[in-house]
Amino acid sequence: MTIPADLKYTKEHEWVRIDGDTATFGITDHAQEALGDIVFVELPEIGRTLEAGEAYAVVESVKAVSDVYAPVAGDVVEVNEALEGEPELVNTDPYGAGWIARVTIGEGAAELMSDDEYTTFLEE
Amino acid sequence: MSADTTFKYSATAGIQHEEPLLFEHAHEAPSSISLPGVDGEISDALNHFARKDAAGIPGLSEPEAVRHFVRMSQWNHGIETGFYPLGSCTMKYNPRVNEQVVRLPGLAHIHPDQPEATAQGVLALLYELQGWLGEIAGLPYVTLQPAAGAHGELAGLMMIRAALDARGDTHRRKVLVPDSAHGTNPASAALCGMHTVELKSGADGRIDLDELKAHLDADTAALMMTNPNTAGAFESDIKEICRLVHEAGALVYGDGANLNALVGVARPGDMGIDCLHINVHKTFSTPHGGGGPGGGPVAVNETLAPFLPVPRIEKQGDTYVLLQHADTSVGPVLGSVGQIGVLLRAHAYISAFGRQHLHSIAEDAVLNANYVLRRLQGRYHVPFPGLCKHECLLTDEVQERHGVKTLDIAKRLIDLGFHPMTVYFPLIVHGAMLIEPTETESRETLDAFCDAMLDIADVCEAGDTDILHEAPVKPFRRRLDETQAARKPVLVWPA
Repeated sequence: MTIPADLKYTKEHEWVRIDGDTATFGITDHAQEALGDIVFVELPEIGRTLEAGEAYAVVESVKAVSDVYAPVAGDVVEVNEALEGEPELVNTDPYGAGWIARVTIGEGAAELMSDDEYTTFLEE
Repeated sequence: MSADTTFKYSATAGIQHEEPLLFEHAHEAPSSISLPGVDGEISDALNHFARKDAAGIPGLSEPEAVRHFVRMSQWNHGIETGFYPLGSCTMKYNPRVNEQVVRLPGLAHIHPDQPEATAQGVLALLYELQGWLGEIAGLPYVTLQPAAGAHGELAGLMMIRAALDARGDTHRRKVLVPDSAHGTNPASAALCGMHTVELKSGADGRIDLDELKAHLDADTAALMMTNPNTAGAFESDIKEICRLVHEAGALVYGDGANLNALVGVARPGDMGIDCLHINVHKTFSTPHGGGGPGGGPVAVNETLAPFLPVPRIEKQGDTYVLLQHADTSVGPVLGSVGQIGVLLRAHAYISAFGRQHLHSIAEDAVLNANYVLRRLQGRYHVPFPGLCKHECLLTDEVQERHGVKTLDIAKRLIDLGFHPMTVYFPLIVHGAMLIEPTETESRETLDAFCDAMLDIADVCEAGDTDILHEAPVKPFRRRLDETQAARKPVLVWPA
């Protein structure tokens, strides 16, 4: 299980990569492992304003359908359209090609954890 | 035990037939069908309505067509083939006497639109059933119309919405749904123009009162909940839950999917629930699981009664009538008074027990589930210890240490002759296995199933897990590729 050091994590097993005033969202390796084979990702509309903690995408696996929550507030500027044809990217490369959406950062954030804190959270 | 040992109810390979799709059978020039010739050019008479392509009718003889369907039915596993402990689905045996009842000519051959005066017998039965369901639910006003459970949810939410609108609460559109809920709950709310907020379950798998309080507000229309919940646990705070919701000006929708645990013993209306749908095809027996038909009558209290759908079955003197209009009604939700065949089977099932013995349904269902739980606990992880209601919840936590997951256990059960339990639901536990035996199974059947489950646990611990990963090996079709089926579904023929 990989937990990159340059990302922040939520209790809902999302990651966020903050880069200046933009943030990229995805789900963690642990989340994709728990969900099993992802078969569909419902992406948010570009331009949508998200509050921190708001459900912005839906990930469907052979086992379950789960909401994905925004780690920080923001306006959606880009979505990973590759997931429409290849949802399995979330399984094979959750922190890279499996990213879900990119936002310009707004006001407010969910409770975010460092990689070490997330590792401890998973162990608990 | 090795892969080829025969278990008491093991699946075995008999004569099995490969079976193409009906249209793949199509004979170019069927030798067994001889249609009479036609004089003249039909297409001239049909003008531009004449078809341009062949109709694609397979052209099978009657025995060929019958064999097609019977062969495919032999690939199947039903409640009449073996044990079917699919959690949350109440796959109880459907007594043969029900089938005799619904085939009585006076019941089987009526038409939905024939005059009421000529359908008094069936209306009398349905009226009586309405009363019984109202009494069982503790919610006296009943519509029989909804054609399935989810349809009942929609009808119930429509009534709740209408009641809120009628008192000026048109802003109340938020529906609270626990994270253990059936997926139909949020879907029904969305279809009814409401939005849902998920409530996180407490550590015991039940509704967390603080979480509920934190989300109840002036925009809340309803709480949708299932009791007992999908973890098989009774919501012991139910009275307080209902009080809090009512205090906030909202209503409580009860999902009756798990009524089998309560029938004849406890009444949702007495707990404070305002509206409950009843899956009569589950609780009161009808073959189901193949996509229908179902029946999802909704029982409501006085608050919601004015909003019940029409037509309503009423009794005026000695005559049963269909009340076609009521000013406050949400209108019809089906093109007839209900799925008559399913409703009549429910009437027969309830009649067979009678008022005095109805409680034995719930008592035996709960006893059977706890029997299975007691035999399997210790070998399988039980996420919420204690007594369960009509279904018991296990996980694959112990077996996962040996690399064996819930799916492998489920597939191995097929080889051992059982329909698997519900897997990966409820979502609040990892690797869920939800087992609902129902009241209609004997102790011997339950033992055979438990023996199979314990055998799987033994195989896991012995490390001989190949037969689990490869399972099922005995049925006609082996392990299907569910991922590929979902990612690249083939929905048309020819592909």
